[in-house]
Amino acid sequence: MTDDSRVLEAKNLSVEIEVPAGILHAVTNVTLHVDKGETLGIVGESGCGKSITSLAIMNLLPSKATRTASKLQLEGKDLLSLSERELASLRGNSMGMIFQDPMTSLNPVYRIGEQLEEVYIQHGKGNRKEARERAAYLLDKVGIIAPRERLSQYPHQLSGGLRQRMMIAMTLMCEPSLVIADEPTTALDVTMQAQTLNLLSSLQDEFKMGLILITHDLGVVARMADRVLVMYAGKAVETGTSQQVFDHPTHPYTQGLIQCIPVPGKTSNDGRLGSIKGMVPALIGDLRGCMFRNRCAYVSEKCHASEIQFNQISPGRGYRCLLEANECADNLEGNLGTEIVQ
Amino acid sequence: MLNFVIHRIYVSILVAITVSVIGFSLLRISGDLAAELAGEDASTEEIAEVAKAYGLDRPFHVQYFDWAGKALSGDLGRSLFTNELVVELITDRIGVTFKLAIYSLILGLLLAVPLGVLASTRPNTWIDRMALGLAVFGQAIPNFWLALIMILFFGVTLRWLPISGSETEWHFVMPTLTLGLTVMPQFMRLTRTGMLDVLDSDFIRTARAKGLNPIRVLFKHALRNAILPVISLAAVVFGFLLGGSVIMESIFALNGVGFLAFESIQRQDFPVVQSIVVMLSFIYILLTFLSDVINAQLDPRIRLG
Ligand SMILES: Nc1ncnc2c1ncn2[C@@H]1O[C@H](COP(=O)(O)OP(=O)(O)OP(=O)(O)O)[C@@H](O)[C@H]1O
Ligand code: SF4
Ligand SMILES: [Mg+2]
Repeated sequence: MTDDSRVLEAKNLSVEIEVPAGILHAVTNVTLHVDKGETLGIVGESGCGKSITSLAIMNLLPSKATRTASKLQLEGKDLLSLSERELASLRGNSMGMIFQDPMTSLNPVYRIGEQLEEVYIQHGKGNRKEARERAAYLLDKVGIIAPRERLSQYPHQLSGGLRQRMMIAMTLMCEPSLVIADEPTTALDVTMQAQTLNLLSSLQDEFKMGLILITHDLGVVARMADRVLVMYAGKAVETGTSQQVFDHPTHPYTQGLIQCIPVPGKTSNDGRLGSIKGMVPALIGDLRGCMFRNRCAYVSEKCHASEIQFNQISPGRGYRCLLEANECADNLEGNLGTEIVQ
Repeated sequence: MLNFVIHRIYVSILVAITVSVIGFSLLRISGDLAAELAGEDASTEEIAEVAKAYGLDRPFHVQYFDWAGKALSGDLGRSLFTNELVVELITDRIGVTFKLAIYSLILGLLLAVPLGVLASTRPNTWIDRMALGLAVFGQAIPNFWLALIMILFFGVTLRWLPISGSETEWHFVMPTLTLGLTVMPQFMRLTRTGMLDVLDSDFIRTARAKGLNPIRVLFKHALRNAILPVISLAAVVFGFLLGGSVIMESIFALNGVGFLAFESIQRQDFPVVQSIVVMLSFIYILLTFLSDVINAQLDPRIRLG
């Protein structure tokens, strides 16, 4: 059963969204867990279901979406059996979320201080004065100079980088045990990206929260994550520790992604690197076979028909492909250095 | 904020001057005032005499400055028809008009905003459809017709409410209901679409992710943003109610400014008409100024931007 260090555990988490064309399988049977002080990186191309997965955990899905799971626990509490009211009392309190765009994620008409303080007060952590103290303390923590003055400013008076720090501070107000950061640096410029990531990881060291870091940047995952979940078309296609996944990528998709990381000096600068050829298939309707088959170099007859099982190599390590693990490893040998992008 | 207000005042004054010039000249170019005043059978000499008596023979700008100077000191002239002071004519009547406009505006907003918010939280459900249906109904029905139906029903058949005059508060019930229902739909639609827009925005998702009470999310975080255009519209509608309740005032025999304007136009009582036109324009300008200030107070991006 769950021990004390397990912050989040999700089993067979699926999300279906009703769209005009039918049922969209945004997330299918994703199983994941996060421990205290640990970072789980979720990577995958745009549209593979990263955001929907995190919104499903927070119970913030759009109204047309339905969530199912065989298990969803936050610190041992069964989220599936809680009412929306009870879930709201956990959101912002035990679990918090940092969104991609700091320019639009703060309410333009309220002062920063008010927006930080209200979450503290909502969850009964203290009165207005204590909330203000906490907010000033956290702004200082996220490296904001003159925090008390900043508290009385409005979002539009701050730069993107500062706003994202505000978001981070806001998420930490109630000291949540789980923080989900959904592409927290995508909207920032390169120097701000590095600073913000460093900040997140030092805050994590200090507050010991479990962190889910969502990104499509493998470099970020390699630097930040303890474990990695690679998603493709709404499914987990590979999991493992960062080391395992980066040193021995097994699924053809992961292999492709890793080979697409530009290596300074080694890859030509033709502007087309960083992507695998082909398109992500539509997730609508009855899906069968391997979703990666239209882009996979090792596709065979069997890949079209059958449901592809997730092969568990060892606890926490696995991949979803018909090939044997050693065959996959051989593929990588033969392919390293060759170009997948055309 | 102070800078903002000063700038707005400055702009408002410029607009007011422009409007007063336009208002003044419109009446001059609408026809030969002296000829109309002198009557149909007047000879050329008589017309010239009338023109001289009223100062209409002077150059345009002299007439304007003369009029504007007097107006600033509170002298709007006398009615050509009753010889009463125009200022007194208007101040006697403006209370009724203001009261009706304020009551109607408040009723319209009180119905529209909660209904718009409710509709926006449940888009495309029966609540939403009912609210929209009500809006279409309110906009499609001519208000004079609604007024007559009410007079028939509440006034004549049930005898619950007085049907004409403005002596008691009861006299205002039917006109207020009529005008309130007339202005409600536009507020309702604007609140609804504004809320739908805002509810979809990232900062609302953030507010939910913070676990805030849904009522708080709706009224504190969403409505504060969605209400801004409604306030601007309210200022315009209020101006419209002040100037445009001629029909309501006539139907219910409410002795307001609208009714006065109507009478004065018929009698070609140009000092009165001119004063009312310019006064209403000034009220519009004042209202726009107020709505700008309120908007700035609610939205720091305007205030500090
Ligand atoms: N509100 C919605 N209505 C309908 N479909 C949606 C909605 N939100 C997401 N989807 C669909 O669900 C799938 C997963 O979307 P999701 O936002 O989780 O992708 P993502 O991995 O976060 O991508 P990105 O990297 O672009 O953020 C996509 O196919 C998307 O089109
Ligand atoms: S199952 Fe087949 S198509 Fe899918 S990744 Fe493996 S080899 Fe490629
Ligand atoms: Mg996303």
